[in-house]
Amino acid sequence: MIKIRREVCGYCGACVSVCPNGALELIDAFLTVDNDNCTNCGICAKICPLGALEIEDEKPL
Amino acid sequence: MKNHYDVLIVGGGPGGALAAKTVAENGLSVCIVEKRPAIGVPVRCAEGIGEDLLHEFLEVDPKWISAKMESAKIVSPDGSEIKLTPKMAGSEVGYVLDRKVFDRDLVRQAANAGAEVYVKARVSDAIIQDGIVKGARIEYMGDTADVTAEVVIAADGVESKFARWCGIDTTVPMREIETCAQYIMTDIDIDPHETVFYVGNNISPEGYAWIFPKGDRMANVGIGISGKMSGDGHRARDYLDKFVETTFPKGKKIELILGGVSTCRPLKCTVADGLIIIGDAARVSDPITGGGIYNAMYTGRLAGEVASECIKKKNCSRAALMKYDTMWRNSKMGRALERNYHLKELFITLDDKKLNAILNSVKSINMAKFNTMTLISELIKHNPKAMLIKELAALKKLID
Repeated sequence: MIKIRREVCGYCGACVSVCPNGALELIDAFLTVDNDNCTNCGICAKICPLGALEIEDEKPL
Repeated sequence: MKNHYDVLIVGGGPGGALAAKTVAENGLSVCIVEKRPAIGVPVRCAEGIGEDLLHEFLEVDPKWISAKMESAKIVSPDGSEIKLTPKMAGSEVGYVLDRKVFDRDLVRQAANAGAEVYVKARVSDAIIQDGIVKGARIEYMGDTADVTAEVVIAADGVESKFARWCGIDTTVPMREIETCAQYIMTDIDIDPHETVFYVGNNISPEGYAWIFPKGDRMANVGIGISGKMSGDGHRARDYLDKFVETTFPKGKKIELILGGVSTCRPLKCTVADGLIIIGDAARVSDPITGGGIYNAMYTGRLAGEVASECIKKKNCSRAALMKYDTMWRNSKMGRALERNYHLKELFITLDDKKLNAILNSVKSINMAKFNTMTLISELIKHNPKAMLIKELAALKKLID
């Protein structure tokens, strides 16, 4: 799943535009992720101008 | 907010504002919904626009302009410079806008023409019936309302969520997003009437760095790199900090601006039943310069015209709205987008050696018209030796 570092995010929306699954949304000035639609592809984390997105391993049950 | 309008516009940027104004002037009901609490902020733009481009739409109000540009400079990877000046010395070639003022004023003009405007009103979904776009679900002041419209105009910028909710894939390929960072810097030594562009794979891989003056000793200083070149330790912000450290070590940063600019081809189709997509949301930002203001205003105004006409004829089907798609694709802007796409695909293949070779053998160019194509043809004309570079020969084909 994707972890959003809110204290780093510059809410520019670049990540939203590249998400192949539409899992990200910029609501006013905060970014949200729908982890049900996220496939962990990592594109958003790679292109973020600030490094505000991180892929987190699923926690074992 | 009413529960029905002739036209509902998602997003209050320059594209949405021009669309709204055009529809209102046609005597139809129109509403802009903007998710932010204020129009024009936060800025996600380097704010440059060609002089002729702005005048095409509106009488220019001096308060929109941060600075007037009289020349430009391109700095090659080895540090040599080409100065670009207009044929008429001292005449203006472009503006650096104050988008906070500009965007707000465009929406004010739309409102004065009769458009309704709601800020901090967030569209959270599309309303679709039998495959036809019928309106939008809007969250406003803690309530959720379904607002219907004959035509919805998606003007929601680089995120382009509304078209996606209508089933249109607006995903920008990773290699075709320019990921950008910019500071407004002050207390820096610059020519206040000259824009400066830096190219080079160490400075800004598959992109460029820019200095766009905002007045004496103040400028937008930014950088854009391809998404595929971005990663931990070498993101747009990292490249920008490196650039600023060497270029303006004593400058002060008074604002940080981030953004994504698409350099892909436009969406394959920018209309659907009851829907028109404009501006950055339609992926019509310029692939080589990254400029999007003019293209958003152009498609916005055209969308407003076509939507009004279709509503009056009581046919807002995809086939009827297709007139919009066909018209912008065949326009000067549409043709420039296609040509500049090829230009971009060539540009990103150039290593520093080739960039130096192309940019080195000329010191200054007198431009009859200030645009990318004039620059390329002048470079070719001034550069018989560099014509040996096969990429430049390929560029010539694009112009001829």
